[in-house]
Amino acid sequence: MLDDRDRIFKNLYGYEDWGLAGARRRGAWDGTKAIIDKGRDWIVGEMKASGLRGRGGAGFPTGLKWSFMPKESTDGRPSYLVVNADESEPGTCKDREIMRHDPHLLVEGCLLASFAMGAQAAYIYVRGEFIREREHLQAAIDQAYEAKLIGKDNVHGWPFDLYVHHGAGAYICGEETALLESLEGKKGQPRLKPPFPANVGLYGCPTTVNNVESIAVAPDILRRGAAWFAGIGRPNNVGTKLFCISGHVERPCNVEEAMGITFRELVETHCGGIRGGWDNLLAVIPGGSSVPLVPAHEIADAYMDFDTLRGLKSGLGTAAVIVMDKSTDIVRAIARISYFYKHESCGQCTPCREGTGWMWRVLTRMADGRAHKREIDMLLDVTTRVEGHTICALGDAAAWPVQGLIRHFRHEIERRIDEFSRNANIDDVGILDPVAQAAE
Amino acid sequence: MAVRRLAPKEVQPASFAFSADNLAWANMVIERYPSGRQQSAVIPLLWRAQEQEGGWLTEAAIRYVADMLGMPYIRALEVATFYTQFQLSPVGKKAHVQVCGTTPCRLRGAGDLIEVCQHRIHHDQFALSADGDFSWEEVECQGACVNAPMVMIWKDTYEDLTVESFEKVLDGFASGNPPKPGPQNGRHFSAPLGGPTTLMDYRGEGVPHAVKEPVLADAEAKKPGEAANTTERPSPKPPADDATRKGGA
Repeated sequence: MLDDRDRIFKNLYGYEDWGLAGARRRGAWDGTKAIIDKGRDWIVGEMKASGLRGRGGAGFPTGLKWSFMPKESTDGRPSYLVVNADESEPGTCKDREIMRHDPHLLVEGCLLASFAMGAQAAYIYVRGEFIREREHLQAAIDQAYEAKLIGKDNVHGWPFDLYVHHGAGAYICGEETALLESLEGKKGQPRLKPPFPANVGLYGCPTTVNNVESIAVAPDILRRGAAWFAGIGRPNNVGTKLFCISGHVERPCNVEEAMGITFRELVETHCGGIRGGWDNLLAVIPGGSSVPLVPAHEIADAYMDFDTLRGLKSGLGTAAVIVMDKSTDIVRAIARISYFYKHESCGQCTPCREGTGWMWRVLTRMADGRAHKREIDMLLDVTTRVEGHTICALGDAAAWPVQGLIRHFRHEIERRIDEFSRNANIDDVGILDPVAQAAE
Repeated sequence: MAVRRLAPKEVQPASFAFSADNLAWANMVIERYPSGRQQSAVIPLLWRAQEQEGGWLTEAAIRYVADMLGMPYIRALEVATFYTQFQLSPVGKKAHVQVCGTTPCRLRGAGDLIEVCQHRIHHDQFALSADGDFSWEEVECQGACVNAPMVMIWKDTYEDLTVESFEKVLDGFASGNPPKPGPQNGRHFSAPLGGPTTLMDYRGEGVPHAVKEPVLADAEAKKPGEAANTTERPSPKPPADDATRKGGA
């Protein structure tokens, strides 16, 4: 188990003061000026050396992302940092804890990241539903302004303004270009890339979009050194990570752990085990609803990191671990995820707009067994026609859970179809009786 | 995609204007964005308009905000119909209950909470209860999955619910005394039930300025009739101040 000394989010559970005094006691805002004095290149180099991979789901190296920003503005356009706090991936509730219980880590991270990429203004885009969290974050920012930690004329010598913006309930705004559209006051429909935000982002200016957790861990990495962070976890999957374990465990919780902890250790140490014991485990969605599920025997002793889970044809995503025991109606659970994507599709690309609804309707029938077996292959085929054929990754995210279900639980779908056709009479199968229909 | 339309003409008020306070607040928000980019403020302004109108967004309010920001009406209408937190028809006066129905909450019994809503409020979501005090809807993931199942009422979340504790929450709103927000089973935020397994030295004990009470729980729950966000100030009080104020009052 990770030692408490190596945990970054020391007020994860909100037992202590989340304000400036408490944050300072826990080490925030310590030596920030010294870090800035070492210069932009040192910060970016250190972030690269730390091996931090973005915590928003895709796992792109954060230091590398920062280095894409233009060194200096040649055409007078300012640079922006935008922090993605539109945490809406089902299963994920880590950024919420950072914003309401340790907001100063995020504020400090914004200053350091903005300095490293030459941005003098940053926006934090908080999802509309996080109202209390937004109040805490705004209070922390006001404290930082008051203490002259940030602002036009601050003690760190880098003029910097930080603003909180919020959405109003749209999962798609977690996609970086949709987020920028929303921040500009439009519908959150993703943009085609290229041009990438590092060239043409917010208001047409160079922009980097980072997840809350990626930004909030930056100050501690820079304070304690890249080697410390890189020494935790497994090669290419280093550092600490907030895990959100929900579903059928004895005690669901958030916890910060080392990357590469095994699933068994994670659940045994922090969650009191699987409800009904390990034999009762059916499947796990290891990284938020977008990633395919992994059946019990494959996940039980797997390392929870990017590369291992990719090897299991799934992914770490946001490390939102959704545990399902054998009481779960697995087809219905995935059908509900399909409904989520149908609801959240922005409607811009036809394969996603039509495909998500189609997949949901077919899966709903399959949950009852009201389907033909040949439709399973047809469904699989449709998922591959959505995946990779849309502007953003929502199409992929909608397709993957369905693919995971068919890959591992095809037998369950077939069993339901068999059972339904065994018990069916003509009224149940949905064949309309013209006489009865006329009578209605 | 969800099909979302404005409420019919009969229920739409004729006009809308921000109150003086809200107007000042709106101008402050607009200043956060570079000049010529005031359209960025459309979501915060629409939200504030929704609060002022008692929890739903009227057509007059959408047009008012569009005029204020110099946007074509259709752009503001697009935004209002795209984002699902904007309620386009009237909601319950005492509570609009948003039940999370996505898979992590479903796994832990959100289906039962929806049944409670169907019995107590109305069979259909978005429909007002007979007395007009309550309405409900099934929403997608609200980001409190380790505290599932949960509902959101106005600006507060009520987490770790059972059918019984959810009934109590609804009773509280019906009688005008909403319960303390947060987990309803004695749990401390997102720590495991029964106490955390980590960070034993960070439990706020023996530290002079530590906030002993859970910080979110000390805030008052919404009173009936108030819409979400009405207490959101541009500069909320720092937490230390909250603690002392509480002791002094």
